[in-house]
Amino acid sequence: MLQKMYDWVDERLDITPMWRDIADHEVPEHVNPAHHFSAFVYCFGGLTFFITVIQILSGMFLSMYYVPDIINAYESVYYLQNEVAFGVIVRGMHHWGASLVIVMMFLHTLRVFFQGAYKKPRELNWVVGVMIFGVMLGLGFTGYLLPWDMKALFATKVGLEIAQTVPVIGPALKTLLAGDATIIGAQTLTRFFAIHVFFLPGALLGLMGAHFIMIRKQGISGPL
Amino acid sequence: MAKKDDVSRRQFLNYTLTGVGGFMAAGMLLPMVRFAIDPIMKEGAKQDMVPVVEVSKVTEKPQRFTFEIEQKDGWYESKVTQAAWVYKDKNGDIVALSPICKHLGCTVDWAASPAHPNQFYCPCHGGRYEKDGTNIKGTPPLAPLDVYKKEVKDGKLYLGQAVPQ
Ligand code: HEM
Ligand code: FES
Repeated sequence: MLQKMYDWVDERLDITPMWRDIADHEVPEHVNPAHHFSAFVYCFGGLTFFITVIQILSGMFLSMYYVPDIINAYESVYYLQNEVAFGVIVRGMHHWGASLVIVMMFLHTLRVFFQGAYKKPRELNWVVGVMIFGVMLGLGFTGYLLPWDMKALFATKVGLEIAQTVPVIGPALKTLLAGDATIIGAQTLTRFFAIHVFFLPGALLGLMGAHFIMIRKQGISGPL
Repeated sequence: MAKKDDVSRRQFLNYTLTGVGGFMAAGMLLPMVRFAIDPIMKEGAKQDMVPVVEVSKVTEKPQRFTFEIEQKDGWYESKVTQAAWVYKDKNGDIVALSPICKHLGCTVDWAASPAHPNQFYCPCHGGRYEKDGTNIKGTPPLAPLDVYKKEVKDGKLYLGQAVPQ
């Protein structure tokens, strides 16, 4: 049945070469943990991606209940965590995943660094990786404000003060992020929400696409 | 020696990978899906009986009375106003009808159509109902108006949830 459906589409659109190109390639021996156990270090990139998928999925589901409004934000998070079935688990996935994704990304970066895998011809992928790192930190920073509790508010206060210390553009940057020169309030929350769920995930998907296309094109770096 | 229905190494690996992958995907998606469908799994909130009007004020002609109920909408609690068409029927029993049209939910009014002075009339698509709420054949609504659960205590009419007749 499935085979028939596949054949029907394939006959018309010739999709086999497309997915072959994406999925069907050899895994070299030196990156296969079945051959050398130490090759598990090659898993961290994939694990970063896996957790990013969890973040995107759990985030989409959280925003079914969450409202980015200073009166209702805290109540809506409280409600989705305590009164919606599996709320603790879905929020927990997003909450713990946010930290875990940073850990995985960091381990992946360490592997690339210590193996020298960033060297020619892979310099550009290192640059894209650093941009992904920045976007991830941005997601963590903007997401942290969303529950609108005391911890969220004061962490953001501190983060914005840090932004303000940037030479020359600091004060303008802070106002741009907070939506107001002095208040951290209604406008800050809606901005952070928009950045957290639209702008940064969009940038992240684009960067990850570039990251993976380059890997596909250049192949994984050779054994040490 | 491979027999015809032996499982090849490739097939075996495909099955285990699909199985393990499917199990992991399910473990990830199940909580999220249950989370998303929570509104259809939750029981509707029970509605308290609310005092609406003195029984002595109820006439044979339907009158519209409003009353406030506590509504809990997720994390948002508020008071909302509801309306009822209330009258005494021939036996002196009190009838309290919901004004919500059973066609597509507009609000009906008593005797609002000059051509039908003894009927409820819905302005949206011309739905009409008898005084007892029965829908009139040939007009859009397919069911009679809902009736409120009612109770008389200390000379006052209390109304609860509106239920289908
Ligand atoms: C498309 C992707 C995403 C969407 C739609 C999304 C959406 C949300 C929403 C609605 C909240 C508020 C609910 C809550 O606090 O429990 C939230 C919180 C948060 N998000 Fe995301 N998110 C996404 C991706 C990410 C990523 C990739 C990260 C991490 C690098 C992240 C980090 C956070 C953090 C740290 C919080 C605060 C969580 C807490 O304190 O429980 N988000 N996100
Ligand atoms: S909604 Fe009342 S007639 Fe259509």
